[in-house]
Amino acid sequence: MATDWSDKEGKHDMGIQIGIFSVGDVTADPTTGRTPSEHERIKATVAIAKKAEDVGLDVFATGEHHNPPFIASNPTATLAYIGAQTETLLLSTATTLITTTDPVLIAEDYAKIQHLTDGRVDLMLGRGNTGPVYPWFGKDIRQGINLAIENYALLRRLWSEDVVDWEGRFRTPLQGYASTPRPLDGVAPFVWHGSIRSPEIAEQAAYYGDGYFHNHIFWPASHAAQMVQLYRDRFAHYGHGTPEQAIVGLGGQIFMRKNSQDAINEFRPYFDNAPVYGHGPSLEDFTSQTPLTVGSPQQVLERTLSFREYAGDYQRQLFLVDHAGLPLKTVLEQLDLLGEILPAMRAGFAEGRPADVPDAPTHASALAAREKEEVTV
Amino acid sequence: MTPINRDHRRVVIVSAGLSVPSSTRLLADNLGAATARAIAARGEEVDIQHVELRPLAHALADHLLTGFPATELAAALDAVSHAEGVIVVTPVFSASYSGLFKTFFDVLEPGALDGTPVLVAATAGTARHSLVLDHALRPLFAYLRAVVVPTGVFAASEDFGSTADGSLDKRVERAASELAVLVSGATAPAPALRRTPADEFAAPTPFEQLLREAGGDAVR
Repeated sequence: MATDWSDKEGKHDMGIQIGIFSVGDVTADPTTGRTPSEHERIKATVAIAKKAEDVGLDVFATGEHHNPPFIASNPTATLAYIGAQTETLLLSTATTLITTTDPVLIAEDYAKIQHLTDGRVDLMLGRGNTGPVYPWFGKDIRQGINLAIENYALLRRLWSEDVVDWEGRFRTPLQGYASTPRPLDGVAPFVWHGSIRSPEIAEQAAYYGDGYFHNHIFWPASHAAQMVQLYRDRFAHYGHGTPEQAIVGLGGQIFMRKNSQDAINEFRPYFDNAPVYGHGPSLEDFTSQTPLTVGSPQQVLERTLSFREYAGDYQRQLFLVDHAGLPLKTVLEQLDLLGEILPAMRAGFAEGRPADVPDAPTHASALAAREKEEVTV
Repeated sequence: MTPINRDHRRVVIVSAGLSVPSSTRLLADNLGAATARAIAARGEEVDIQHVELRPLAHALADHLLTGFPATELAAALDAVSHAEGVIVVTPVFSASYSGLFKTFFDVLEPGALDGTPVLVAATAGTARHSLVLDHALRPLFAYLRAVVVPTGVFAASEDFGSTADGSLDKRVERAASELAVLVSGATAPAPALRRTPADEFAAPTPFEQLLREAGGDAVR
């Protein structure tokens, strides 16, 4: 039954996967002044992920932070717990800290979740954004890029080779080390590399033929466009296919109500006090300067489909819906609204999509690709 | 923004006066005019662009919070980054440059002023602040790796009424001619002293090299 997980209803058999990603912030609701407890926020995260599956979304991804006001430490426990309570939802990260987390532990943890969830897991690697995390985990922030490069090179070997001898710059050498469990069906989880503006990370994703994800929420779309274009060009340079065949993911941030003015009025206090951009530009300015969309479901649909104009046809779209103190009830309503426009969004993304643009990666597609390779050989 | 004429020397004035009109803007205009004359006297043409920070104050605060510049601020930062000479003028606040002035240079991309000739100037109500040029502005632009011209121009309110020897006009002329020499002496853009993100996008470091560097002793 190991490969039965994926597509009983053809659910992930599609060009683009659509889902949500959470940073796990514990933030006061600015309209009530009430701050949820860590316990409430952790349970809410699980409820949100389960709701994502209920409304027909494909992916839930959790961030990783090791400091307050976040509850996103230990993402693997969260993902395994959610995996046990869902059937089809793909579990991912946004992001896994490849700089400060030992790649030996990442190899074990995500291979384990692969087995537990019958292959419903992939991960997105990032460097993190909190300076002190580096010294807390015994690392030097000035080595962020080098850590990402060396640690990932080791992670790949731990998943692809049964026994590894390794020596590098940033961790203890390994002699005769076998990472357990081995990846499910001998196929490693798919890896995305996330970076907002470090070309080296786009280069890394391209070199390995892995996916590249742009967070695409807090910055102008031009930043995403530039990084995606670099990644696509270099993906082709390294011989993995045409630029259009590279595996691209984008974030996005939305807030919807049936009536667009209701959406703006309701979201404004959350926007004005949000941890990242609060007390800065107006909601109107930020909406025009970045991919943030606040309005009717139709406006969200149209804006999202327009991302292809600068990113090309892509494979994964994740939305941020549960931050800045929005209450759980509101977040679940947002997911209901997203579920309602999901068929139109899928149809829109399918429209005009060239046949040679790859479908979104899954465990099943990785298995199929390997079988095809074996037949060819 | 006016289109860039590659044959002309490009000088950008950054001034941080808050009132309208301000003595800071007045000094900035005088320095700009003197610099234009000095460059013209050397047989070259010059485009002088003025970046006034007051209308960009909100955009600068937003940039601190969001990490990216809104359109008009982006154009101003771009102009300064591509200038062959820069004239900076700040009012003195609490014995230093103003916060608005500093914020502009805080959000400028690292490396943007590498090797760029800069004329520093300041205004205040009293001449007692005149050392602000040397204890605040010079260290800031030294850190930014700019080439600061020897003469800085400080103007107290009383200077705008004085025509005695050593007057403001003479200091302005001397500083402008020093800047003109450096600006017209630049036959090509200053060499890239460090790799910027723009360089990396234009010509990415191949991954094999990144792998070698990661295992070596480089910091990246």
